[in-house]
Amino acid sequence: MTNPETAKHDAIVDEVRSAFGDALLDVDRSYDDLALVVEKAAVHSVLAHLRDARQCDLLLDIAGVDCMDLPESRTRFELEYILYSIPTDVRVRVRVPVPEDDMDVATATDLWQSANWGEREAYEMFGFNFVGHPCLKRLLTHHEFQGHPLRKDYPVMGGQWCTTTSDMTEDLEERQGGVPK
Amino acid sequence: MKGATFTKNETSLITTRLDEVIKWGRKNSLWPLPFGTACCAIEFMGVVSSYFDISRFGAELVRFSPRQSDMIIVAGTINYKLAPVLKRIYDQICEPKYVISMGACACSGGFYDNYATVQGIDQIIPVDVFIPGCPPRPEAILDAIMKMQKRIDREPAPRRGVERRHEITDKFTDSH
Repeated sequence: MTNPETAKHDAIVDEVRSAFGDALLDVDRSYDDLALVVEKAAVHSVLAHLRDARQCDLLLDIAGVDCMDLPESRTRFELEYILYSIPTDVRVRVRVPVPEDDMDVATATDLWQSANWGEREAYEMFGFNFVGHPCLKRLLTHHEFQGHPLRKDYPVMGGQWCTTTSDMTEDLEERQGGVPK
Repeated sequence: MKGATFTKNETSLITTRLDEVIKWGRKNSLWPLPFGTACCAIEFMGVVSSYFDISRFGAELVRFSPRQSDMIIVAGTINYKLAPVLKRIYDQICEPKYVISMGACACSGGFYDNYATVQGIDQIIPVDVFIPGCPPRPEAILDAIMKMQKRIDREPAPRRGVERRHEITDKFTDSH
């Protein structure tokens, strides 16, 4: 039985391939899901294309992966943008290989507001540097926290004592002015 | 306090030591501050409510201000970001103050063996009674309060303004 999503996925793959050519490194269609593996330099234009041309109006999540010691991976890290289109009911993932020595990635906050906290979390947990983000600082861990705890080389029990209580006043003030309304 | 009889139209006299009266008052009117951060706090609500009824032990007056409470019940997971907050709340409670660590997370970190969770609140504040369980049964909480009352009865009555213990190293700079 063919999956009803398959035809929609085919159309997206064909369109992205014709628009971006070699920037589309690979297509992963395991478990009837669609993941486009995209070059780091082209990620912002691919995301913008999916939003504008394919009506992917929701950025559900941004996930980071540490591929350390994984034999099949080309780079140390991967970023994964999970998109969903309400009008066409299609789910697309955009996967970006990110090398350890160059972790600059263009921000997606100008495309979706939900990218703001997603990118902050990916930054604090893995150390991705989202270029152009309005306030790239720690979201979940304490502001005195050092390092990136979801990296494979971070010690699992590496808790850090923080000396002060954290105050949200500064965050709230920045949220008034620092984020597009 | 045993043996006192009250007869109508007759003057009654009880002789005791001041310490005993103070301890009797303290142990039977423990005002708890629920520091609830997880499911243990839901279980604590059950203990306060009518079925288990914590007021049978004089500890039903739940206060949400550290200035008005005697006993802090730490119910739930405490992570490193919250640790300075818990220390500050503890410091704000007036002496004498008592601490109950409720549930596996507060006692030992529970199953959160990771970088985010404090592996036992006794690293931050001195704990009088630990309650095991995930979450503990309401009876276990009542048992802890009875144990706390026995402990208050056994120890010499602490005086106002006198710090009881100093062995916990101060990890935080801005607690007061």
